[in-house]
Amino acid sequence: MIDKRVGSVAEAVADIFDGATVMIGGFGEAGSPIELIHALIEQGATGLTVVNNNTGSGEVGLAALIKAGRVARMICSYPRSTNSTVFPDMYRSGQIELELVPQGTLAERIRAGGAGIPAFYTPTGVGTPLEEGLEKRNFDGRDYVMVRGLKADFTLIKGQVADSHGNIVYNKTARNYSPVMAMAATTTIVQATSVVEPGKIDPETVVTPGVFVRRVVEVPNPAQESVLIAAGVTFP
Amino acid sequence: MSEQRQGWTREQMAERCAFDIPNGSYVNLGIGIPELVADYVPEGRELIYHTENGLLGMGPSPAEGEGDPELINAGKKKVTLNPGAAFFHHADSFAMIRGGHIDVCVLGALQVAQNGDLANWSTGAPGAIPSVGGAMDLVAGVRTIYVITQHTTKDGTPKLVESCTFPLTGVGVVKRIYTDLAVVDAVGGHFQLVELSPGVDFDYVRERTAAPLLPIVQGD
Repeated sequence: MIDKRVGSVAEAVADIFDGATVMIGGFGEAGSPIELIHALIEQGATGLTVVNNNTGSGEVGLAALIKAGRVARMICSYPRSTNSTVFPDMYRSGQIELELVPQGTLAERIRAGGAGIPAFYTPTGVGTPLEEGLEKRNFDGRDYVMVRGLKADFTLIKGQVADSHGNIVYNKTARNYSPVMAMAATTTIVQATSVVEPGKIDPETVVTPGVFVRRVVEVPNPAQESVLIAAGVTFP
Repeated sequence: MSEQRQGWTREQMAERCAFDIPNGSYVNLGIGIPELVADYVPEGRELIYHTENGLLGMGPSPAEGEGDPELINAGKKKVTLNPGAAFFHHADSFAMIRGGHIDVCVLGALQVAQNGDLANWSTGAPGAIPSVGGAMDLVAGVRTIYVITQHTTKDGTPKLVESCTFPLTGVGVVKRIYTDLAVVDAVGGHFQLVELSPGVDFDYVRERTAAPLLPIVQGD
């Protein structure tokens, strides 16, 4: 029988290794798998390359992972967080590397990585500082830059409902990067507010099909980053 | 106190821009003054708002203390849904943008050059954290790019320039600029004045524009 459920967030992230590339779903706090990230901090893996749109807020979730010194390199589009000094301070003092990627290029690189496409051409960034080092080609009179598909060892995402086969439904704009990140990793781990038996999710509404998911863990009352920050919570 | 500002307020700039957006357009609004455009859509027009984090049919902000932290816009503020709204993932959202399916995008600017070059993501200052977000994708893919910005910076430095000194967001992408002083097109490699705000004359705008400004073309 196929059953991708695991008993705890600690068990779900136990095999993440030093130096791994980890994609983390979420746009700001929407869709951020905070409990999985906190489990990863406790697990201790370090020297990570992390892919996320941002760099976290306050000192919880992704910002806490960065603050703990576990992230060697961030690949993101908007590292300037309104509510965090963690990444900016570490970046300015040379403790963390940054690969800055336009948001749509980042999303498509992840999609391509998951879809078996090693590289593609995009008009985004042509004529700007972000074209530096990229191969250029003209199609039908317009210049494009070649960018590489992006893959990961692990993806951590948050869903609203998952079944034990790994099918996922999301909550509103918490979906953002998660469906493409789920495709792009060797091991995709989802925390879901509720985990149900196969057949309980209408197949017409499945957003991420279970083939892309390796592990499912139920986190019934996931924390919201803004609520934790307002309460003055820091992790660990 | 600096010199008293003449011309349109932020709200009036947004209202003037909204007037130019055709009925039925799919529209992406940038953060800041561009967000105000949604408040001034002329009666009888329906626009559908796209927010690049993954929503079409974005509605206004919820009442204070209400809303869902997982229903937000690209500025990470809580929003609501209009009837007919749809959610989608990031790659689809940027396929809408890059693929030319969004009709109009209104952005802010640090500088706009007379050939339509836009700089709006970085001053290139040492110690600044470079953050680009979706701006480069929007200008590469959306058919009509409008800019709303003050005509000059707070210290009076012109933002409409011969060529941008800040790092570019896109090359030759801006069609029209709405400032507190005027509406200006970037067309044929020049700034073309389209409209002056009430009480502002041509020389006043020209003195605050760091590139040649062609006077209004009189219609017949």
